[in-house]
Amino acid sequence: MSEIKIPTVAELATNGMVPEILFWVGCAGSYDERYKNVTRAFVKILNKVGVNFAVLGPEETCTGDPARRAGNDFLFQMQALSNIQVLNGYGIRTIITACPHCFNTLKNEYPALGGSYEVIHHSTYLQQLIDMGKVVQKGGETFKGRKITFHDSCYLGRANNIYEAPRNVLEALDAELVEMKRCKTKGFCCGAGGGQLFKDAEKGDKEVNIERIEEALATKADTIAVACPFCMTMMSDGVKNKNQEGQVLVKDLAELIAESEGLL
Amino acid sequence: MTLLPQLIFAGILVIFGVFIFKRVNFIRSNIALGQSNNITGDRAKRWKNVLLIAFGQKKMFKKPIPALLHLLIYVGFILINIEVLEIILDGLLGAHRMFAPFFGTYYGALISFFELLALGVMFSCVIFLIRRNVIRLSRFKKPEMSGWPALDGNLILIIEIVLMIAILSMNAADQILQSRGVDHYPVTGFFLVSSWMMPFFDGYDSAFLTIMERSAWWFHIVGIFGFALYVTYSKHLHIFLAFPNTYYAKLIPKGQMDHMPAITSEVKMMLGIPIEEGAVTAPDGMKFGARDVTDLNQKNLMDAYSCTECGRCTAECPANITGKKLSPRKIMMDTRDRLESLGNSLKKGGNAEDGKFLLGDYVTKEEINACTSCNACVEACPILINPLDIILQMRRYVVMEESAAPASWNSMFQNIETNFAPWKFSVQDRFNWAEELKNK
Repeated sequence: MSEIKIPTVAELATNGMVPEILFWVGCAGSYDERYKNVTRAFVKILNKVGVNFAVLGPEETCTGDPARRAGNDFLFQMQALSNIQVLNGYGIRTIITACPHCFNTLKNEYPALGGSYEVIHHSTYLQQLIDMGKVVQKGGETFKGRKITFHDSCYLGRANNIYEAPRNVLEALDAELVEMKRCKTKGFCCGAGGGQLFKDAEKGDKEVNIERIEEALATKADTIAVACPFCMTMMSDGVKNKNQEGQVLVKDLAELIAESEGLL
Repeated sequence: MTLLPQLIFAGILVIFGVFIFKRVNFIRSNIALGQSNNITGDRAKRWKNVLLIAFGQKKMFKKPIPALLHLLIYVGFILINIEVLEIILDGLLGAHRMFAPFFGTYYGALISFFELLALGVMFSCVIFLIRRNVIRLSRFKKPEMSGWPALDGNLILIIEIVLMIAILSMNAADQILQSRGVDHYPVTGFFLVSSWMMPFFDGYDSAFLTIMERSAWWFHIVGIFGFALYVTYSKHLHIFLAFPNTYYAKLIPKGQMDHMPAITSEVKMMLGIPIEEGAVTAPDGMKFGARDVTDLNQKNLMDAYSCTECGRCTAECPANITGKKLSPRKIMMDTRDRLESLGNSLKKGGNAEDGKFLLGDYVTKEEINACTSCNACVEACPILINPLDIILQMRRYVVMEESAAPASWNSMFQNIETNFAPWKFSVQDRFNWAEELKNK
């Protein structure tokens, strides 16, 4: 697939161009071995639909979300103000990201510091692509007979009221969508938000992700769909902990769409 | 007829009125100890929240069974107050059932309706006592509920049952006296529920029944005054505060944390970004985050007084469910208890620094560090209380004032400062994924 194009905003700027859409990759999307696959899948989808997009590449930095949630607002504002300088400098208007934490921060918290953009989570964007008939139009056989459960990310669901877009994306796949007992507004956290991913859990009887993975496995789904890099890590660890690797897959929405398009 | 009963009644009304007024003022001044929220605008949306969530109890219906039982008590409370108004006017004017002539033949139906509501209240209170003490629902059995909070919950239910029994006994005795044509007991028609109780009273003579009716009347109304005062000391304040609390609740997405404009100028200076004229700067000695209740905002403090300790938040909290010390309900109870204690010491002429703090003396770091900021507690609260907001403000104090974050968070901060990512990866490698993809 040598024809894959991943233009950077800087490259476009040298030709006096501004991308229609900035794909905000996020730190997990850039560095996490497992989650980089989601970045690749999403870039392939963007290439396939031929949208005018670019990434910041080496110019992208952490949105500051984990620092802010842990209590370090100085560091958050340092990150936010630097990022806003870059984004405003390039004249960015629309941002798409696969990370609900980046999404929440860019969309809800950057405006107070002078950074106002249209920020779209990739689940919403994928749904738009499906609605426009740009992806998943074959009624593909890839997912026939498969059972998928969707794990709500707190920063997408309760934090921003996005419950239906990811489910609509999964429903388009022709698989059977099964819900866990605690879903949507009552969705159970994976355990990683609020800075928890970056420290050991406090003393307790159980890890949060184990509690959640038991619920996910109880649905007998063969695939646990996620829409967040932190959830991806926690759910994958849970599957490993329960020795279900190989039997139960943890996949991001973008990976499932790319798979149905034969892009992976 | 002598004026003495009227004077005694008026005296009791004034005494309770004064105590309740003083207590309400105390609570109001305690809430005012918090930082101002400056809530303006969006009045239509705020009133809609009051109507749907407080008045309409919309969020209660996520759990239909307790919602229906609670609705019975709520409707009973609101409508039976019409009868309480009649009782107060009777007491002050020395009248008896003074609304009867106005309602005429409908009076009996009206009182019968109130009696049905009273029956509903008793039914729900009994079921609620069973849920708390026999079934022992887990959300009522958490560590923060032992002692006074558990007793408080039971007392409220028992007082409500006793008050309803008093009103029904009063009505039953009244009806017998009416049927016997006793003076001062005008015929008002048939009362649906208390008429079943008439056989218990029928055997007594009219003089004794009059004493019984009067005793039940006085017991009921003084009981209501006493209960009203008790409510201001108990977790039951939600019956009033739910309304302002839903009005003042945040309208922004739950994921959005409050901005700290005070530090923005400083950060801009560090980054070499020009500062606009008139920008806010942090005053000298300004405290970042919240160590005590006075650092929290007034909505946080109103939240604390509004909490009725139902535990829906704690029952949904992933940290609590997996055995961590954090309980969002305890955060609210601690905030209220700390505020009460501070308010009391201020009332006695102490100053705001009594050597105690919400963070440390009431809430531990272990609790706030366990939070995943998942908003399950915020979503669960039927009256829009936000425990997460308080937790996050305390985290700001720990990090920005004490520099006492857990070591691994300090490493995460350091990684963001040096590598611009929360992990220890080199900046040069950030865009490697693209090469990996192109070369595939």
